[in-house]
Amino acid sequence: MSEAILGVRNLKKFFPIKGGLLQRTQANVHAVDGVSFDVSEGECIGLVGESGCGKSTLGRCIIRLIEPTSGEIRYRGSDISGMDTKELWSRIQMVFQDPMSSLNPRLTIGYCIGEPLIVRKTPEAEVRARVGELLAEVGLNEEHYGRFPHEFSGGQRQRINIARALISDPEFIILDEPTSSLDVSVQAKILNLLNDIKSRIGITYMFISHDLSVIKHLSDTILVMYLGKLVEIAPKRELFSMSLHPYTRLLIDSIPSRSRRYRGEHAESPLSLELPSNIDPPKGCRFHTRCPKVMDVCRVNDPELIEVEAGHYVACHLYN
Amino acid sequence: MTKKLLEVKGLQTYFYTYAGVVRALEGIDLTINEGEIFGLVGETGCGKSVTALSILRLVPPPGRIMGGEILYKGQDLLKLSEREMRTRIRGREISATFQDPATYLAPSHTVGTQLKDIIEVHLDSNELKRRDHIERRVVETLRRVQLPDPERIAAQYPHELSGGMRQRAMIGMGTSSRPSLFIADEATTFLDVTIGAQIMRLFVQMNREEGTAMLIITHNLGIVGQICDRVAVMYAGQVAEVCTVDQLFDNPMHPYTVGLLQAIPRLDREADRLTEIQGTIPNLIYPPGGCRFNPRCGKAGKGCGALAPKMAEVEPGHLVACHLFEGDQDE
Amino acid sequence: MTVPVESETGTAASGREGARFQETKYTLKLLLSNPISAAGMVGVVFLFCVMVFAPYIVTHNPLDIHLYDKFLPPSSAHLFGTDHLGRDIFSRVVMGSRISLTIGFITLIESTVLGTVIGLFAGYKGGAIDSVMMRITDIFLAFPSIILALAVAAALGRGLTSVMVALGVTWWPLYARLIRGQTLSIRREQYIEAARLSGAGTLRIMYRHILPNCIAPLMVQVSMDVGFTILAAAGMGFLGIGAQPPSPDWGLMCATGSRYLVQQWWLSTFPGLAIFLSVISFNLLGDGLRDILDPRLRRG
Repeated sequence: MSEAILGVRNLKKFFPIKGGLLQRTQANVHAVDGVSFDVSEGECIGLVGESGCGKSTLGRCIIRLIEPTSGEIRYRGSDISGMDTKELWSRIQMVFQDPMSSLNPRLTIGYCIGEPLIVRKTPEAEVRARVGELLAEVGLNEEHYGRFPHEFSGGQRQRINIARALISDPEFIILDEPTSSLDVSVQAKILNLLNDIKSRIGITYMFISHDLSVIKHLSDTILVMYLGKLVEIAPKRELFSMSLHPYTRLLIDSIPSRSRRYRGEHAESPLSLELPSNIDPPKGCRFHTRCPKVMDVCRVNDPELIEVEAGHYVACHLYN
Repeated sequence: MTKKLLEVKGLQTYFYTYAGVVRALEGIDLTINEGEIFGLVGETGCGKSVTALSILRLVPPPGRIMGGEILYKGQDLLKLSEREMRTRIRGREISATFQDPATYLAPSHTVGTQLKDIIEVHLDSNELKRRDHIERRVVETLRRVQLPDPERIAAQYPHELSGGMRQRAMIGMGTSSRPSLFIADEATTFLDVTIGAQIMRLFVQMNREEGTAMLIITHNLGIVGQICDRVAVMYAGQVAEVCTVDQLFDNPMHPYTVGLLQAIPRLDREADRLTEIQGTIPNLIYPPGGCRFNPRCGKAGKGCGALAPKMAEVEPGHLVACHLFEGDQDE
Repeated sequence: MTVPVESETGTAASGREGARFQETKYTLKLLLSNPISAAGMVGVVFLFCVMVFAPYIVTHNPLDIHLYDKFLPPSSAHLFGTDHLGRDIFSRVVMGSRISLTIGFITLIESTVLGTVIGLFAGYKGGAIDSVMMRITDIFLAFPSIILALAVAAALGRGLTSVMVALGVTWWPLYARLIRGQTLSIRREQYIEAARLSGAGTLRIMYRHILPNCIAPLMVQVSMDVGFTILAAAGMGFLGIGAQPPSPDWGLMCATGSRYLVQQWWLSTFPGLAIFLSVISFNLLGDGLRDILDPRLRRG
């Protein structure tokens, strides 16, 4: 088993909601509410959840674009809050979601990709050479060094983003919904590219998405997140063949697919329509308002994440 | 005996922009039958949204419908006056909901008020006088789209509702007059997958219980596979293939359709690599000649760039626009 | 509905210079196509030419006093007539263009530089720095410019320098607000996060990432403001704070000529018309630029 490259313990991130005359904190948005997991070197870990579950916030906390409210994040054993950001960002990098707004429209892509080197005062010739190498590696033309983002398509822009993440030679890349804005045929190319890069240089990925089929394609282990908490962690095959948490089941069942062709089901119970708020959430399991298997204990106690089988964790009273 | 509800023939819609003329739709042929759920699938720039807007004659300038026919119940919509479109067709016979309901609902009026306005427009004059009748209709409409506590929802403003509820409200508004054709343009794209699944169930239910034909516009083949009866695949302003959903998945013919199906990561099978379609979507100001897919097609022949292929029936109900299937045509 | 314009190889001209050049050419084309903004452009170009070639256009020395020729009406010898000291008004108006336009531009440069720096810092840093800077901005905005100018003039003495300092001091809050607003929205863009991850520090982000994206709305505001700074400068001149006699400042000329408005209307009218022409040309140009750049900002 490879060593854990990243260890997260009880991570919490709250966003205060201020109001009133003196701008006092009236409530908190519990974006990430006690998340713990490990990532082994060389694996691809998939983080899946719907909007508001906190997955993007979690990603940004790990890379320290946002400071967590509490909890611990260790990279190769060292606490990242003590690390110099220059050092951290030469080890961990991020690829952003929106190919439109992740590249400065006023700067050439050569600058965008090469910025990490330029900031370190690398001589221009070297920067140019290195950028050219990376452009080739992501399947773009080296000659396009001086072009602007608007001259490229969405898929090409994501390649540029990937090149930018790779130029600092990181060991770990967090990909925040990198293909969500792309067409299906373009998505295929980007996913293949990511796979190729991984096999070539053995990098570790954390792939964040709301699309389970994409996550399934790329990941080794999958983390399911709901309203700031992890509800299930499992290796890919087990998550699909033997999902334990009712939310995971709901997620899988909701994916539109030909195999689910059906007609005229009974009306959906109204409970499912309301997504609870993550502002000062109530006691008990977060999912109890929508859970088809809800029990009395679920409304009162928040279940812990426990290991039910090797490598398979679930936070649900059904398995306590 | 299936009756044709909407027949689009040779539809051409162009956009006259500063940069040039964007040939968004170049001769689209489609037929939607009464009571069926028809899927229109394609990627960015294929023209699926423009098709919907053209049917409703809501193409924004600098766009213009240049040619073709849109026969609705036998009558050419392109020949109707704007007034007739507005009073008789839009919102009454043919209705729609678009991608982001937040932008289509006025933020300063409650849901109930907006729904009331729409119901009033389509009522006969003697029904108008009865206010309680309209209010009942509002609540009934919201209940029909399965919104819990419809009286409370009617009194709320759009921003107080979640995305899924707003979408249901939009669908309710669109179907309040029991249209014969309901167009859903990327209705679930901005919604979470669990909420989107509920909306799809709602569509199926509406189709089942009220016989409303639906035009489901999406880029997601899974949605097509799950709820549609027939489907048209579009590419760069042209229709590539029209067939039943079973035919699409079991026997795709057009090289683009085949490529698309292979590019999707599937839940039911493992693949190390996804098959790629080489090249990118063409510039619609200077589109490739003939079949617009030919620069990217692994099976392109000599004639593909010269002449646009006509739709040919390869099996009953299965039409493909590809020179490979034209039988007597040389490549 | 998206209409894709790019293809695999890109349609715009390759290279950095190519792209900028195309953009400018395109903007110019649009400007000239609209008759109103075209008129504005013509006016501005005309003013510039007058300003640059002033020494060659004047028919007489603007400062020469000929008391025997005072109050001559406009004629072929004196196109705009002569003033109360016999000086040729045409030459004075032409020369005066240098003063007015210079004040206008220097003021704008001062205020945009100062306003931009403050706006960038306030918008990007946020928090206490933002609050403090914005309160200072509010204080300056609340001051009527005339009073402030008078105070500055009292401190520094009368003259062109005072006017330029005074106007600069009253104009910067506008730009600070504008840039701050832009910065606040740009700051949340993903490319700013990406820049941070690349190791870019605050200064680099402000200068390299945020500022270039503020240029467009800034330019629109500037082009609309040139007219008003000229007007304000003329106002100062009218009040006697600005350029001192015998300088051919337009505002000053209007003031001295106001006494003779009924009989010798040409003393004030021509400098007044010059002010009017300048202001309206810049305003029309500014309006035209705004109409072109705003929708493109949204599209881009």
